[in-house]
Amino acid sequence: MGLRDLTAAGQIAAVLAGETSSEELLDAHLAAIAADDVDAFLAVDAEGARARAREIDAMPERPPLAGVPIGIKDALSVRDVVTTAGSRMLEGFRPLYTATCVARLEAAGAVVVGKTNMDEFAMGSSTENSAFKNTLNPWDHGRVPGGSSGGSAAAVAERQVPWTLGSDTGGSIRQPAALCGIVGMKPTYGAVSRSGLIAFASSLDQVGPFARTVEDAALLLRHMVGRDPMDSTSLDWPGEIAAPTATDLSGMRVGVVDELMGDGIEPGVRAAVDAALGTIEELGGTVVPVSLPSALSGLATYYVLAPAECSANLARFDGVRYGPVAPAANLLDQYETTRGDLFGPEVKRRMMLGTFALASGYYDQYYGRAQRVRTLMVREFAQAFEKVDLLASPTSPTVAFPLGDRTADPYAMYMADVCTIPVSLAGLPAISIPCGLADGLPVGLQLAGPAFSENALLGAAHALEGALAFDTRPPGLVT
Amino acid sequence: MIDDETVRHVARLARLRLSPDEEQVMREELSGILEHIDAIRAMDLDGVPPTTHVITLENVVRPDVPVSGLTRDEALREAAHATDEGFGVPRMD
Repeated sequence: MGLRDLTAAGQIAAVLAGETSSEELLDAHLAAIAADDVDAFLAVDAEGARARAREIDAMPERPPLAGVPIGIKDALSVRDVVTTAGSRMLEGFRPLYTATCVARLEAAGAVVVGKTNMDEFAMGSSTENSAFKNTLNPWDHGRVPGGSSGGSAAAVAERQVPWTLGSDTGGSIRQPAALCGIVGMKPTYGAVSRSGLIAFASSLDQVGPFARTVEDAALLLRHMVGRDPMDSTSLDWPGEIAAPTATDLSGMRVGVVDELMGDGIEPGVRAAVDAALGTIEELGGTVVPVSLPSALSGLATYYVLAPAECSANLARFDGVRYGPVAPAANLLDQYETTRGDLFGPEVKRRMMLGTFALASGYYDQYYGRAQRVRTLMVREFAQAFEKVDLLASPTSPTVAFPLGDRTADPYAMYMADVCTIPVSLAGLPAISIPCGLADGLPVGLQLAGPAFSENALLGAAHALEGALAFDTRPPGLVT
Repeated sequence: MIDDETVRHVARLARLRLSPDEEQVMREELSGILEHIDAIRAMDLDGVPPTTHVITLENVVRPDVPVSGLTRDEALREAAHATDEGFGVPRMD
């Protein structure tokens, strides 16, 4: 077994046992990134990573993450490393500071190797909206890796790094994790600081981990959570994210969301999820049907709220303070030309939609109503969690779809997040774990819990992962 | 659903220059998306208050201790047109 086949926890153990070093780990992973045939990375900071790896190797006492390499979604700022959020609007931009969550991981001994590809400003479900390139699905190079954090998911599935960070607004961690056959988690809203995350929709955005195992995801999250004075929505984390150890689900009540198991779900996905529900029962859990009547209104609600928030957040990109600028005779012309030239089609579409939903005469009909539907959703989840400990559903209604399949139909692309959006609107934590294959492609199971139930979620996911024994190695991957 | 005038009005509000072709595509696509979104306009929401944020934090404060921010040079480093004094922009007529 090569170094890249070790989990992150396994790599840490190997460093601490003196069997390898941070620099040796870095070399193994940099070689894999150099040979990258799925185009997961946008930028690689080999020099900076090597300097940091050597520093950690020279420490008399290794930090907890022991110099294990990590990839960072290009939406998160890393000081002096080009950060574009997948947009020509930020081509060549070098941030002046590092995102708090990344800085915390660096302080804990993670070595940042580079920035991963993504849909422009995190708007998309296939990574095809990146202004720079497509990322391919490691399981089938003719298919998308999901999105918007597609580069982060593909890099982990390809074992180019054992773990990465992504950001999730409506499903941008969970959906690509599902499509690439790995673990992805969106924490409770407020759990992880967004300082240094290039904002998309601020009432929804959360940063979270990708890894091949639930244990690794928990380990990464442990070093990310907690209040940050630079993000006034961040919260003190109650206690600590523990290493998950559960091996059964006895006493656990798992609700299956009726509305998310219906018509829009592919038969192969449905079959894999049904089989996982059977495994939950074999492990001692009780599976009961649960109804979230507003769940299917989630997509429409989200596509008012998120574009509205993005239209405000992206007002800052005007060519004045950072990024390229289009030449113009006066200031208004400069704003309009720069933004018209440098934003891609999906970003423009969402900004138009959001500006429309907030415009005088339409605000009450769209934005105001969407905020009230959001209240219904919050209430329905709260009622469900009076009866069950966790909720289960498919993560994505389909397996990875072919490249180019949905780019012509915006709403067909939006449907990719129909199962992940309701959880986002309620601000709850959720994890996607691979639960089987449909036609040779991975299927993700989403488990969601009440706010701050991360430890329970990770525990249940860990028990299930052990019983499902999914092989995360894509066919043909040589390590 | 959405006419050309609305598209141009919204594009101006969003400070986005759209080509005539883009305007037409935008009108068709936005109309299509709004047809789906209209589902929430039919829902009974009487007496349901809006949710702006799922966690309600009020008066988040920090100790009133001055800390230094970016220097002028740092703040201007990434600007396409920086002058000695600040960000350079064309005239506002």
